[in-house]
Amino acid sequence: MRFALILLTLVVVSLAIFGVTEVLPGDVAEAVLGKSRTPGALETLREQMGLDQPPWKRYLNWVGGVFQGDLGTSLVQDRPVTEILKSRLQNSLVLAIAAFCIAVPSAILVGVWAGVRRGSAGDHTVSVLSLVAISLPEFVTGFILIVILSSTLGWLPSSSIVLPGTSPLARPEILIMPVLTMTAVLFGYIMRMTRANIIEALETNYVRTAILKGLPRWQVIWRHAVPNAMLPTISVVSINVGWMLGGLIIVESVFGYPGLGLTLINAINRRDLPVLQAVALLVAGTYAVSNLVADLMYVWLNPRIRISS
Amino acid sequence: MSTESETVVMQKISIKGRLNNIFRPMLNAFKTPAGRVGLPLVVLHLLLACFGSFLAPFGPTDFSDETFAQPFTMGAGNSIPYILGTDQFGRDVFSRLLSGARSIILISAIGSILGVAIGTSIGMFCGYLGGKIDEIVMRIGDGLMSFPSLLLALLVLSVSDSLTWMDDFSAFFATGKEPILVIATLAIVHTPRVARVLRSATLSIKTQEYIESARLRGEKSLYIIFKEILPNALPVLAVEGSVRFSYAILLASSLGFLGLGVEPPSPDWGAMIADSRSILVRAPWVPLSPAAAVASLVVGVNLLTEGIRDAARLPTELPQ
Repeated sequence: MRFALILLTLVVVSLAIFGVTEVLPGDVAEAVLGKSRTPGALETLREQMGLDQPPWKRYLNWVGGVFQGDLGTSLVQDRPVTEILKSRLQNSLVLAIAAFCIAVPSAILVGVWAGVRRGSAGDHTVSVLSLVAISLPEFVTGFILIVILSSTLGWLPSSSIVLPGTSPLARPEILIMPVLTMTAVLFGYIMRMTRANIIEALETNYVRTAILKGLPRWQVIWRHAVPNAMLPTISVVSINVGWMLGGLIIVESVFGYPGLGLTLINAINRRDLPVLQAVALLVAGTYAVSNLVADLMYVWLNPRIRISS
Repeated sequence: MSTESETVVMQKISIKGRLNNIFRPMLNAFKTPAGRVGLPLVVLHLLLACFGSFLAPFGPTDFSDETFAQPFTMGAGNSIPYILGTDQFGRDVFSRLLSGARSIILISAIGSILGVAIGTSIGMFCGYLGGKIDEIVMRIGDGLMSFPSLLLALLVLSVSDSLTWMDDFSAFFATGKEPILVIATLAIVHTPRVARVLRSATLSIKTQEYIESARLRGEKSLYIIFKEILPNALPVLAVEGSVRFSYAILLASSLGFLGLGVEPPSPDWGAMIADSRSILVRAPWVPLSPAAAVASLVVGVNLLTEGIRDAARLPTELPQ
C-alpha cells in the first residue's frame, strides 16, 4: 500500500516536472541553435530531439529513458546528463551526509538534555539559540560564518570550489563552513521537536510509574521516555531531508560548491531542460524515498502498529 | 419595534465579536513570554515597512561618490549621516534596508495570506466532504509537497516567468512583473501544506456534536463549513498563518539571494547580501545589515507563532 502511494506520488511528480518544462516558452531547438539558425537545421534538430512528436509520447519516452538510466543530453554542455550529475551528486551527498551525521545525534542529545531540565537556564539558552538557528535563512548563516571565520579570522577559505575530477574530501577544510551552515537549521528543528516530545513523555503515567517503582533516573529517561519521544522526531527528521535538499541549493550557491544545487541553478539560468528535469526528479525522488523510510521506521519502532499489522 | 433594534445590536456585537475572534489569538499570545518579545518585534517591522519611506534619509537607488562609507559617517553636504554606511555604489544602506522591508513584508504577507486562504478553503472542503474528491485532491497535494519548497518555488518561478499574459496582469496592478510572480509562487508552495493542516483540523471538529446538530437542522454544507467549523479552527488558522508568514519571508529572501524574482536595482534584502559577496572584507556592514534585518524579522514571527501556540494550548506541530 505504502509503495503504491509512493509510486503514485512519483507519477504526479514526474508529470509536474514534465509539465513545467512543456510550458517553458519557445522551442528548445530554437534556443539551442540561437539566431544563426536555418529552417532546415531547425527541422533536423527538432526531429533529433523528438520535438515533432506529441507531448504524451515525449513524456513516455522520457520516463522510459529514466528507467533505463538515460536522462538525456545536456543542451549546454553536450554531454549525457548522467555523466554531469555523477560527480555533482557525490559532492552533494558528502555535504548532506556530513551535516546529517553531525546534526541528528547532537540535536537529539541536546534536546533530551534540555527537555529533562525544562525551565532551567541551560534549557532557556538552548531554546533561544535553536530558535535563532531555524530563523536564519541559510545564506545569512553562511555569510555570517564567512565574515567571522574567513574574512576576520582568516582560518578558512571563503569559497568551497572543488576542481573537476577531484574529491571534496581531498581538502576537507572547504567543507567546514557549508556543513556548519546546514547543520544549524537541521539542529534547530530536530532539537526543538525532541525537547517538546521529551517534555510530553515525562508527564505521562508510565514515566510516573517508572519513577515511583524506584528505577534510576537515567533508566527512566533513556528506556521509558526517549523511545516514545523518538516517534514524532523521526517524522521531523524525514521532513528535514526535504528541507535539507532545498538548503543545499542555497548553501552551494553561497560557497560556490559544485553540487546538485548549483547545477540546478545553472540549469535554470541557462534553460538547460534535460539537466533541470533530472535534478528535480532526483531531488523529489530522494524526498519521497526518505518519507517511505521514515514511515517504515515508525512502524518498526511502534509496537502497537508493528504487532497489529 | 424592539426586534429591529435588537437585530442592530446583534449585528454590532457580531462584527465586534468577529474582529475579536481574529485578533484574540494574537492578543493572547502577548501574555506568553515568547509573544511578549515576538509581537513588538513584528509590529516594529510592520511599522518600518509602512512608514519607512518617510524615515529614509536617501533614495534607495541614489548613487553617490562616497562609496564604502563606514556606518555613522557624515556625507559631504548632507545633514543626516549614513547610519549604516554605504555600499560599493555609494548608496545608503539604511535607506535601502527600509525600502527592502516594505517589499519583502508586502510580498510575503500577500503570498502567505493567499496561500492560507486557498489552502484553508480546500482543506476544509476536503475534510468535511471526504470521499473521492478528497482522495484525489490530497494526492495531488502530496505530489506538490514532495518537492522541497525552494525547488518547487524555483520551478514555478521559471514557468510563470515565461507566461506572456503575466505582463498584462502585472501592468493591471501597476507593478513590475517580479513581485507578482513571487507572490503567486509563495501561494502555490503554501497551499497544499495549509490544506493538509486545515483538513486534519476539520476532521477532528467534524465529529463534534454541534456539527451533527447543525446537520440535523438541515443547514447547508457551506454554512456548516464557514459558520461552524471555521470559527472553531481559528487558533489553528492563526498559528498556520504565522508559520506560513515566516516561511514566506525565508523563501522570498532566498529567491532574492539567488537573483530570482527581483529587478536588479531594487533593494531586496537577499539580493543585497548576494551582491556584497566581493566586498565582504572591505565593507562587512553591507551584508550584515540586511542579514540582521531578515534575522530579527523571522525570529520575531517565530516567537509570535510560539506565543499564539502556547496561548491556545496547541501542540507543537511538525514543520512542513
